[in-house]
Amino acid sequence: MDQERVVVTVNGVRYERMVAPRRLLSDFIREDLGLRGTHVGCEHGVCGMCTVLVDGQTARSCLMFAVQADGTSITTVEGLGTPTTLHPLQQAFWEKHGLQCGFCTPAMLLTALELLSHNPSPRRDEIREAISGNLCRCTGYQTIVDSIEYAATLMRGGGR
Amino acid sequence: MTTQQTAHRWIGRSMKRVEDPRLLTGRGQYVDDLSLPNMAHAAVLRSPHAHARIRRIDTSKARAVPGVLLVMTGAEAAQQTGPLPCFANPPVTQHCIAVDRVRHVGEAVAAVVAESRYIAEDAAELIEVEYEPLPVVMDPEEAMRSTSDAVLHPERGPNNIALQRTLTFGPVDEDFATADVVVRRNLRWPRSGAQPMETVGALASWDEATGKFTIYANTSMYNYVGWLLAVSLKVPAHKLNIIPTIAGGSFGSKLFTHKVPVLAATLARACGRPVKYVEDRIDNIMNCDNHGSDRIYDVELALKNDGTMLSLRMKVIDDYGAYLQFGVGHHGNALAQLTGPYRIKSARVSLTAVMTNKGQQGAYRGFGSEVNNFVVERMVDAAAEALGMDPVEIRRKNFIRPEQFPYKIPTGNVYDSGNYEAVLDKALEMADYQGWRRKQREARAEGRYIGIGLVSCQERSVFSATEFWFWNHEPGFALTSSPDSVDIKIDPTGKAFVRLHAPFWGNSPETVATQILAEQLTIDPADITVTYSDTDSGLPGTGPGGSRYTVMVAGAIAGAVKELKAKMFRVAAHLLEASESDLELRDGRVSVRGTDRGLTIGEIALQAHYFKLSLPADVRSGLDARHTYDHPYTTLPNADRTDMGVFYPIMGHMCHIPIIEVDIETGQITFLKYVAVHDAGTVVNPMTLAGHIRGGTVQGIGSALYEHYYYDSSGQLLTATFADYLIPTLMEAPENIEVGHVVTPSPYTEYGIKGGGEGGRMGAPAALASAVEDALRPLGIKIDSLPIRPVLLREMIREAQQRRP
Repeated sequence: MDQERVVVTVNGVRYERMVAPRRLLSDFIREDLGLRGTHVGCEHGVCGMCTVLVDGQTARSCLMFAVQADGTSITTVEGLGTPTTLHPLQQAFWEKHGLQCGFCTPAMLLTALELLSHNPSPRRDEIREAISGNLCRCTGYQTIVDSIEYAATLMRGGGR
Repeated sequence: MTTQQTAHRWIGRSMKRVEDPRLLTGRGQYVDDLSLPNMAHAAVLRSPHAHARIRRIDTSKARAVPGVLLVMTGAEAAQQTGPLPCFANPPVTQHCIAVDRVRHVGEAVAAVVAESRYIAEDAAELIEVEYEPLPVVMDPEEAMRSTSDAVLHPERGPNNIALQRTLTFGPVDEDFATADVVVRRNLRWPRSGAQPMETVGALASWDEATGKFTIYANTSMYNYVGWLLAVSLKVPAHKLNIIPTIAGGSFGSKLFTHKVPVLAATLARACGRPVKYVEDRIDNIMNCDNHGSDRIYDVELALKNDGTMLSLRMKVIDDYGAYLQFGVGHHGNALAQLTGPYRIKSARVSLTAVMTNKGQQGAYRGFGSEVNNFVVERMVDAAAEALGMDPVEIRRKNFIRPEQFPYKIPTGNVYDSGNYEAVLDKALEMADYQGWRRKQREARAEGRYIGIGLVSCQERSVFSATEFWFWNHEPGFALTSSPDSVDIKIDPTGKAFVRLHAPFWGNSPETVATQILAEQLTIDPADITVTYSDTDSGLPGTGPGGSRYTVMVAGAIAGAVKELKAKMFRVAAHLLEASESDLELRDGRVSVRGTDRGLTIGEIALQAHYFKLSLPADVRSGLDARHTYDHPYTTLPNADRTDMGVFYPIMGHMCHIPIIEVDIETGQITFLKYVAVHDAGTVVNPMTLAGHIRGGTVQGIGSALYEHYYYDSSGQLLTATFADYLIPTLMEAPENIEVGHVVTPSPYTEYGIKGGGEGGRMGAPAALASAVEDALRPLGIKIDSLPIRPVLLREMIREAQQRRP
């Protein structure tokens, strides 16, 4: 199959790759770039596991082709913190028990990051609205909302 | 949330989870994140027919696709690989690829291995299969009467009845004869399932030089029955190493995922390269071998006029689908708490397990006991209504009282401890029950339909093995062990390494083990590291499931630490020239009681590792111990099965009070409040326990209101995607599930811990049914069937309004 050139910036790193036009962005990120923190749950755009930020906006990477991402800047969970220097969102999820199995967590973090980027002090109902398109089967969602609310405090420079 | 007063340093703390930093940063290493050099990818062609003979398969076009390495039919696979493990007796034969007959939509018909998953899926579509359709059996009651070609497994008998048996516990007929009132309901529990966000997967390789398989898989029971995969693969058990990966959720569904690992390994052996196969979502929904219970009940509860419960009779038909991997273990499980928290003196269960052309049942959070809770609590509500009693008072009147424990129920199982009124009272207080009853009356006057649900349910924990076989006419492999193990070493620098012999599957095994070991060794959790064994290095381990792991790992750690402490005391006494009986372990230091003379664990470990000649002559080098902890209290069933023995004695309890409003114009249900009070004995980590309760409750809400694997009459699964199979989103979940704990320690476990991993889902469906029925009481609507989807609710409301204009 013919291949197309794709140039993307992921987590600040520029990548140039030849890919088949039908290659999903999720597979491109996971397999071609080796960034395994983006998970795949349903491959038909319902569950939200594969959410990444494309030019700052959430996108389901299983519903995009890699070639559609040409020229964009993508953020995945690997672009947040590291285990020893967690991003405030990750720190908040840790402290408020916003995860159990962890499979939906990267998508939840990125969706929350998009919310907090334009609404640094969201009300709980705004948080609920923002993450209502992402499934989680472990937590019942309540502690995820707690985590994002707390992350907003941390990111505004609030104390513990 | 309330927390317990504790004399412990680490147990009882809401410690942040040690698993989380790697999960939060995308470094979880789930099975699909792994790869091996030269790895190939598999895809599976699945049956569009619910029941058919496979006449002919032509794979030539698929084989011709560039990049395809292997195409394998069921007949070809069966030349190398035998049937999958099955715990039913007599067994039901199932292959990783169907051999000559498919028995449900989605069953594997052929597999393709290729350089990429894309190529494998392309090629799978080019396989041509000629089917001869057979009669499709979808209705469980019809299945009882099936003959000839409609019989799924003719080698097992002339019909589709997998097992039929009646068990009687105590003087049922006498108790019914003396009853003033018999309440009867027909109840329906629908087929739903765990549907974790991660599907099942395996990465298998075959080393021709050593004749050994290595399989990475998100399976749980690898150290319990993992060797059965070697039997399927027709190699000796030491020629298979299963390496567990963490699971992106299980809720029971990854209890023993045998089919996917066996398929991947079969393909890897045939093509000589490592093969990864990860189910996609449609594979998983149709074909994961883990649909939940699917039951039709006819139930009678006998009572006195004053509300005293006497006896329970139930006839149940359970639709097991096309195969029977765990036998009827789910009905064994339900016998653990058949009569709930009540002093019901006798019971009878008539079970008919049938086989139909649906995906087979597996495990889902509750393993059949969540259904029994729904049934018992529906009957108690029905009795309260029939007798004109308050639903709280009828429960209170019949509770087993605190001084009656340990309490043997009619089935023979023993409840270790409990204080059911304390749980009830706490829930009533947290919910402001009386206040809401008043608000409910006011709302009704305004034409609004508020409902207050209330259930008091058992939460059995720590299964024993006998439940898997004691229903069988011939027990089969009547195993009685269900141990768990740890091995612990303290290295020369004093750091503690604990290895678990069961995997992470979304619970918190590393956190729990860390807290318990820190407590036992009086050390800082930061000085502990947790790893997992594979089957090559594995000790006996049954693993999580049946809410058992925290109890079992606590017992195993305590046993290993006892041995470590004995050695540390021996070494320290020698070096300090003190008597062992004068020593104590405190703050990570073994010291002479009442003095400042002592040695840290690190100092003792250094001596133990490197200074053999300073130690007593019979002390070997190193500081390590392993311990296998058996089920703390289990006994055999008797021969005629009038007493099943003790098999699930660590008995938790819960009271759930959901307060909802039903919009009778749309059938929509809104949560106004949700209170869940649980007694899981001594709590190791209140935060993670509350997490299980909340998450399980929302799963239970899904089971009660939305989730259903819906098959049409031709056997097509109409809910094969997440667009159709509706698991709750945040919008369907209560905003605040208020969790309370009551602590009644178990007398049989380390620290008095009870399991709590399944609790929420074991109570919420019953509670929602109670709440919806309560809301619609003015319309006389009874909730006998789940899920209470809005459209069905609207139908019931419309009919009720037509009855009472």
